[in-house]
Amino acid sequence: MFDWSQAGTALSDVGVTLVVLVAAVAILEGILYVVFVRWRKARLALPIMLITPAAIGLLALYVYPLLWELNVSFTKMNIRNFIFPGFLGLTAERNIFVGLQNYINVFTGPVLKQTGFFQLFAQTVIWTVTNVFFHVTLGIGLALMLNRRLRGRTAYRAMLILPWAIPATASLQIWRTEYNFEFGAVNQLLGLVGLGPYPWLSEPIWNFLAMIITNVWLGVPFMMVIVLGGLQSISHEYYEAAEIDGAGPVQSFRTITLPLLRPVLIPAILLGTFLTFNQILVPFFINQNELETSDILVTALFRAAFQYSRYGFAAAFAFVIFAILLVFTVFYVRWTKALKGAYE
Amino acid sequence: MSAPVPTATSAASKRSLLRRLTVAPARGQDAPVKRALIHLGLLFASLIAVFPVIRVFGTALRPGNNLLDPNFSIIPQGATLDAFGQVVFESGLAQWLFNSLVITLGTAAVGLVMSATSAYAFSRFKFRGRGLSLTFLFATQLIPGIMLLVPIYLLAVQLDLVSTYRGLVIAYSVTSIPFSIWILKGYYDTVPIDLEEAALIDGCSQLQAFWKILLPLSLPALAIVFLFNFLAAWGEYFTASVLIGSKEELLTWTLGVARFQGQFQTQWNELSAASIIVSLPVVILFVYTSRYLVSGLTLGGVKG
Repeated sequence: MFDWSQAGTALSDVGVTLVVLVAAVAILEGILYVVFVRWRKARLALPIMLITPAAIGLLALYVYPLLWELNVSFTKMNIRNFIFPGFLGLTAERNIFVGLQNYINVFTGPVLKQTGFFQLFAQTVIWTVTNVFFHVTLGIGLALMLNRRLRGRTAYRAMLILPWAIPATASLQIWRTEYNFEFGAVNQLLGLVGLGPYPWLSEPIWNFLAMIITNVWLGVPFMMVIVLGGLQSISHEYYEAAEIDGAGPVQSFRTITLPLLRPVLIPAILLGTFLTFNQILVPFFINQNELETSDILVTALFRAAFQYSRYGFAAAFAFVIFAILLVFTVFYVRWTKALKGAYE
Repeated sequence: MSAPVPTATSAASKRSLLRRLTVAPARGQDAPVKRALIHLGLLFASLIAVFPVIRVFGTALRPGNNLLDPNFSIIPQGATLDAFGQVVFESGLAQWLFNSLVITLGTAAVGLVMSATSAYAFSRFKFRGRGLSLTFLFATQLIPGIMLLVPIYLLAVQLDLVSTYRGLVIAYSVTSIPFSIWILKGYYDTVPIDLEEAALIDGCSQLQAFWKILLPLSLPALAIVFLFNFLAAWGEYFTASVLIGSKEELLTWTLGVARFQGQFQTQWNELSAASIIVSLPVVILFVYTSRYLVSGLTLGGVKG
């Protein structure tokens, strides 16, 4: 059933938004032109005019909301106190200022119904480390195999890349049905070799394992493709020289492949860590029994905000999570110099 | 009695056969045994990668009275296209796909224009605060999406933007900008500046040099960025679920398809058919362009 009038509404809603955006940018550029080109005759008039629209967009959608969130994090805004906080909740229609209480609660009270911060943090670390480890090792392994002269390479590559290509919202729901206790393919296949059946969806350990299996399936192709690109840029001559000098395959891998892959691998691992740490779709779709043992920090944040509507608390929790990511990134970048060269 | 002779030759030929199988025929090639092992490994991995896809086709073809048959045949008994007809003509899938397409195309276009121009400024001009701005763009990628979603939702409630596409279009297009700028700046940096300088000497303005020389040369990168933003918005779930809510006719396909899966009862064949319909065009596009997508990624973001 395709409703043409609704289609028209969608088109006009999006269309009007675009027209308003274009008009706003045009007015803005006109003002900037008059100010910087005509009046100030600024040397950097053009870059100013080029950057300003994006800068305003980013200020409006990153900086302002984050400041606002910081503001909310000092209030007890929640579903019962759905009051817009004004300044720190002090200027709201009712005083909802609570100071640092939310930040204290993140570490002392339960974040979800029972689970506290430290358990969630441990779960997140296990989740991230396990996933990234398998992404990297399997990704390198498959890329090494794909990098040989082989018949059917293109076909293998196309098949192996599929998990990345399918929209995750679709593939994850398929995975969830395959973990069904009685009818899912996973238990049926394990049954063929005399294992199982296992309660993938209802028991904590098994559900966590199911999430990891699914996310490894989902994330390996990205790493594989990145590594393959790196491998293809390594000249054959290195290997030939090493072979003449009597190096075995293990030795050439350790002394040629790994060091030359480093510039590709280090940013890819950083990116992969973020993607896994922030992976909310996999836990959301694979853990639909609301097992708190399968929650990681970001899914707990989603629940705190949109399921339990504890907005003030969720805002404080969000900044704690951000601080964790920031500390990790700073150390990683210092340690590996991952971003060297990106600023030139 | 010449028994030992054939034994000796067969041993020799065996040895040479073993040699032929385990020693590389030429440099850069693999011995047959190694090649067979590689094929085996790749085949096994491909099977795992493809397995859910094969299963989905099997499930989608099942007739409604045979949904929970624990049977692995790829073409199920009584295979039928009913489920496809059901989701196309009876469910809201066509509507949801249309909604997604309109939103996604709009946002990808806005994001591309904004980032293509900003990236030019970052690539070709030196100004105070440039390094800081690039760091800021990188830092935005550290922010968990959900962290941003909390205030954006509350602000959307305050500004009355919930249950419309306006908030969603703006949110998608702006959040795509930082990553796009990084990739495009990386690409612009690889284009020699001499061409533009020559154009400037010939009387072009700086803007004309950008428009007539750099942009056409950057078409591959622009296509990559458009595709990236398109794919990201196309499969997005949480922002849409929070900003659009639950009005049936407003849903994007990601929200709509999730509805096939109830808490207690799932229309497995319809879920599968819908998944195939939404995935097929994107998968073809992705596999076809993946080589360029990755080169774009490594050029911009992963420049070592």
